[in-house]
Amino acid sequence: MTEPQDSEHVVQASESIVIFGATSAVGQEVARIHAQRGDHLILLARNKAALETVRNDLLARGARSANAVQADLADTGTHNALHERIHSIDKKPARYYVFYGVLPDQKACEQTSEVAVSALHTNFNSVVSLLTPIVQQMEQQGSGELVAVSSVAGDRGRQSNYTYGAAKGGLSLWMQGVRNRLSDAGCTVLNVKPGFIDTPMTADIEKGGPLWAQPADVAHDIVKAADKGKSEIYTPWFWRVIMLIIKSIPEFIFKKLKL
Amino acid sequence: MSAYRSWAYRPAQRQAAVRPTWREASLPSSQPILPFGNGRSYGDSCLNSAGVLIDSRSLDHVIEFNRETGRIRCESGLLLDALHRITLPAGWFVPVTPGTSYVTLGGALANDVHGKNHHRDGCFGNHVCAFELCRSDGSRIVCSPSSNELLFSATIGGLGLTGFVSWVEIQLLSVESSTMDVNTSVFYGLEEFMALSAQSHDSHQYSVAWLDCVSSGKNFGRGIFIQANHSSQHVPVAERPASSGLPVPVDFPGWALNSVTVKAFNELYFHKHRLMSLGDSIQDFRSYFYPLDSLQHWNRIYGSGGFYQYQFVVPTVNTEALTEILNRIVDSGQGSFLAVLKQFGAVRSPGLMSFPMEGPCLALDFPNKGRKTLQLMDELDAIVTAAHGCVYPAKDNRMSAAAFKQYFPQVDEFVHHIDPAFSSDFWRRVSD
Repeated sequence: MTEPQDSEHVVQASESIVIFGATSAVGQEVARIHAQRGDHLILLARNKAALETVRNDLLARGARSANAVQADLADTGTHNALHERIHSIDKKPARYYVFYGVLPDQKACEQTSEVAVSALHTNFNSVVSLLTPIVQQMEQQGSGELVAVSSVAGDRGRQSNYTYGAAKGGLSLWMQGVRNRLSDAGCTVLNVKPGFIDTPMTADIEKGGPLWAQPADVAHDIVKAADKGKSEIYTPWFWRVIMLIIKSIPEFIFKKLKL
Repeated sequence: MSAYRSWAYRPAQRQAAVRPTWREASLPSSQPILPFGNGRSYGDSCLNSAGVLIDSRSLDHVIEFNRETGRIRCESGLLLDALHRITLPAGWFVPVTPGTSYVTLGGALANDVHGKNHHRDGCFGNHVCAFELCRSDGSRIVCSPSSNELLFSATIGGLGLTGFVSWVEIQLLSVESSTMDVNTSVFYGLEEFMALSAQSHDSHQYSVAWLDCVSSGKNFGRGIFIQANHSSQHVPVAERPASSGLPVPVDFPGWALNSVTVKAFNELYFHKHRLMSLGDSIQDFRSYFYPLDSLQHWNRIYGSGGFYQYQFVVPTVNTEALTEILNRIVDSGQGSFLAVLKQFGAVRSPGLMSFPMEGPCLALDFPNKGRKTLQLMDELDAIVTAAHGCVYPAKDNRMSAAAFKQYFPQVDEFVHHIDPAFSSDFWRRVSD
């Protein structure tokens, strides 16, 4: 029988996994891999009913415990309280994953600056706000693993989604700096650049062809890379090749392409 | 994601679909609606060209799993393959499984699937404790053998027409290991097959036969009989990752399958088993139950023309109809790879529209050769009808409305339970 864990289950050993954006498609699949390993999970997401569905699913799949913390992660004013809450469950979580984000309508971003700024805020500013104290803690304790999901869209600005790309590109640079800073502290800082994933976030996009990956496959790549202590991955792997080509196109040609 | 299609059939029309993420989601406003699982139905029962599909594959959460009793409640989009990865380590196996683990629980329920243990354990529906049915009037009805019994019965085998099933609760089967004790033998002729099935009834929980549908003369009706029980021996077998298996990357060209290659395959397959695997062996449950799952997209070997599958059952008293049909298929030269033969048992399913009945059941593929293939199946329909048998809608893409009504006379009662906002290509075809 699955023991229903109360929301204040306190973890003894420092082996818990914190997942920001636990109800996202990839976040759920990553959490399932950790559940199968029997890990302690701390799940954060905005939708309470969805969070409860995910929590029960993970307990049934073998998670030793699953604490659900309802949170609007884009609201930076709540971050201090969230950190205290996580700290009360586990003082020294082993790994943090960041999966939340929004895919804004690029056309709307071009017409209304509020829309663009709001997307930048959720995808970049709020992530920096959330992770700054975590990085500080990792540096002090000389351990910890941080995994954030950026995007191939952050590798080069394209007219079809450069607002999203700018935030993700910023996040990639920020993660790179953090990795540099923590390299002596023995911490893992993994930046993940997925390509197209078949998720509700991309529900409005016509899908087809080999470029679209399934969330479970992407999650498998992410956990494997984090376990190995890698710094940066593209998932699926072939996006490294695609982006290498895209990045190598001279700007005077690139600016004329309809990408 | 590729466009929605069924296992053996690419619809002429692009299928519109919604993919809810959470089971609390309301039904789509455009109609008619049809639930879509993992597209393993062979024909058009999982297609809805005139309306919208509800793709259930993101609804794959376990709601509750009792490891002591083996009772599990899951959302309807969970695949059997995923279910086993959760329950087998705790010693629980799905009580009835079809020949592929890539079906959803909702699909298993809507088609009231059967397996190699039908002679003992009946259909999938025999093991369903409860489910939630979302109807187009906004209601969510929990159905079980003791509440909302009529909707419970109509939904099991109801081809997704009674509403959208958001979760299913089933009673799992306790097993000691993930391996199978398998016994393989050879038979020559359908009488020998019937005798083996009768012998196997009490000694083995699972039995199935591969039948040669190409050979005539002294080899007519020969086959391989495979019976099995869950093993108590723990044999470590390397776990296959979730998305593994060799893919068939492209459609084979049409000429790859012809009477010569098919005959050679049947010959090879028969003698490989006769020479190499007769007697007792221990097998991993996946290679026993799901031999074709290791070959992703095996439907592509039939080329872009696709294929038909024909599956029927005739009552035990009319077993001679099976000989007549096999004769007809051998004569036509259209038979394909080995066909699957199984003696169904007497356990009745709670499903109103359930396909199985006590008697021999044969399933086989026909590469699509156009009119002459359709003609052959019409002739087979006539024999099955005369024998008071039945053809399986989950495999069908061509039966006439008249044939359907003869196979399923209970449809007159079934129609009262259909949700008015639900329909399918299959249903529009057979309810004319």
